[in-house]
Amino acid sequence: MKSKKSIAEYMFDTALYLFLTVIFIVTFYPFWNILVISLNDATDTLRGGLYFWPREITFDSYLAIFRNPEIWSAIRVTLLRTIIGTSLSIFCISMLAYSLSKRHLIGWRFFSFFFVFTMYFGGGLIPTYMVIKSLGLIDSFWVFIFPGLIGVFLMILVRTFIEQLPGEIEESAKIDGANDLQIFFRIVMPLCVPVLATIGLFLAIGHWNSWYDSYIYTYKPELKTLQAVLVKILNQFQTASMMSDAQQLAKSNSRVPVSSESIRMAVTMVATLPIVLVYPFVQKYFVKGMMMGAIKS
Amino acid sequence: MQTNMNVHDGRELTIPRRKLWTVFKEQKYLFLMMLPALIWALLFAYTPMVGLYMSFVNYQPNLGGFWTTLFHSEFVGFDWFEYFFTNGDFLIVLRNTLASTLITLCFSFPMPILIAIAINEIKSVRFKKTVQTASYLPYFISWVIAANIIVTLLSSDGAINAILKFFHITDESILFLQNGKYFWWIVAIGNTWKDMGYSSIMYLAAISAINPELYEAAKVDGANRFKQIRYITLPHLKPTIVILLILALGGILNAGFDQHFLLGNELTKDYSDVLSTYSFRYGIQNGMFSYASAVGMFSSVVAFIIVCIVNFTAKKVNGQSLF
Repeated sequence: MKSKKSIAEYMFDTALYLFLTVIFIVTFYPFWNILVISLNDATDTLRGGLYFWPREITFDSYLAIFRNPEIWSAIRVTLLRTIIGTSLSIFCISMLAYSLSKRHLIGWRFFSFFFVFTMYFGGGLIPTYMVIKSLGLIDSFWVFIFPGLIGVFLMILVRTFIEQLPGEIEESAKIDGANDLQIFFRIVMPLCVPVLATIGLFLAIGHWNSWYDSYIYTYKPELKTLQAVLVKILNQFQTASMMSDAQQLAKSNSRVPVSSESIRMAVTMVATLPIVLVYPFVQKYFVKGMMMGAIKS
Repeated sequence: MQTNMNVHDGRELTIPRRKLWTVFKEQKYLFLMMLPALIWALLFAYTPMVGLYMSFVNYQPNLGGFWTTLFHSEFVGFDWFEYFFTNGDFLIVLRNTLASTLITLCFSFPMPILIAIAINEIKSVRFKKTVQTASYLPYFISWVIAANIIVTLLSSDGAINAILKFFHITDESILFLQNGKYFWWIVAIGNTWKDMGYSSIMYLAAISAINPELYEAAKVDGANRFKQIRYITLPHLKPTIVILLILALGGILNAGFDQHFLLGNELTKDYSDVLSTYSFRYGIQNGMFSYASAVGMFSSVVAFIIVCIVNFTAKKVNGQSLF
């Protein structure tokens, strides 16, 4: 009886480990595969069959894309928008959160609704495009910053955090004659560093990953972000896989060579790598952020 | 009425009219801090809502500025909506949207639950951490990168075809992305791949809140681990499962623009066209602005109604609002 039970337990454990190993392979292997292809010689890659290890290891694809001015410009724009966008957003979101954490604010109920409503209803793609166009933001760097300036969900995270701070510190500062601006910047904001770091990581990853705004609101090549360049390469690759060689040759005036899968994978790696590098730090904060959101709802 | 500025019970205070200006002056810095966000909401959230008026006119973009053109365009009422519902595209687009979200739900809903339960049962901390780290990663990459990876894995000499050939499931490479019948499944599996690890966090949080004494008691009573999952873990997860299922059902019309736009192509258009990509194609690419706006408006109004229903249901089930 006892040995039979332990066999069942043993099988149960084996099944668990097997299941989670499959999950691990399924989520990890694709990244390994693109690394392998990107490190393989571009011409050799055409033979296919690259699954576990590069046949002819070379950094040529990486050297090729780093010699390309389009990629450098894309990296620069992406870094700029990530840094400027994230810091401006943190600044504006935290100020809004502080204002809305004061329930005695005139029209508090109205303003809360005013912002929360934007989470559930919007004008949609076309009117938004028209408004952005009429504001003169087409082909402007600021189109990456302003339309996504405020994240209402992130604001709620910060507001919840501020509401949980002990009120006495603020009270005593108020008695000392500090106004709301001074209280916010000197007292509340330093206390909010953990939650601001959390939303900062959300925002930074969002900026790094976004392609859509660059894809539809900008035409100038110097305003294309890394992800938008990658979309272009992907589109060309998808089209190329449906075209004959002659058609491909006719279209090959692009500044980024598209015929090579290794180069496409190298660009993918370059776009992925920063995420993988900050990921260990992010993981902790993201889990925290998600828990906070879960508690809130 | 008395005002008491120290009350923090969450209710708005009624302030006598003559004092309003004084209070506003006291709160001027709070309003100043709200100002950037206020301008943002007006410009980028509420102005486009006003712009939805273009769904009811025949907007021709060549007449000048957006607003002048908009309010001088010919009013056509619900003609664009009628055109959408009657021209045959509606049923195809709606079918694709629902197929994509529902097939996604079949995979992406149970997977996080299974992962969370399995991770909870594993004793080796190192193994647990490794699996968790790998499984969260796809969530943080963009759909552009994910699409690039998927295209590579599914290409004719990619890893998936290699596996299928190895097990003799197929002898010829399957052209997954050139054939519409695979499209919904590719998107569903891609969605699941991207989100399953990260979504399991919610369930892991719920599991960690279960009192360990329950498991001890069950062990004493002779329950094996399978029975412990069946009679302790799952019942405790039920509220979380119900709420997340309701939320997932709330997104049933929101098939996600990125994955359909990036993975779809001319050959699979009949299967990859969902409400958002359809609206994009007609508006941004074909210049039928009013029609595209009407399609977008249809989906956001229906989505909003669904969200309200979802919120109401969640309130009934859980005793609390999601808003």
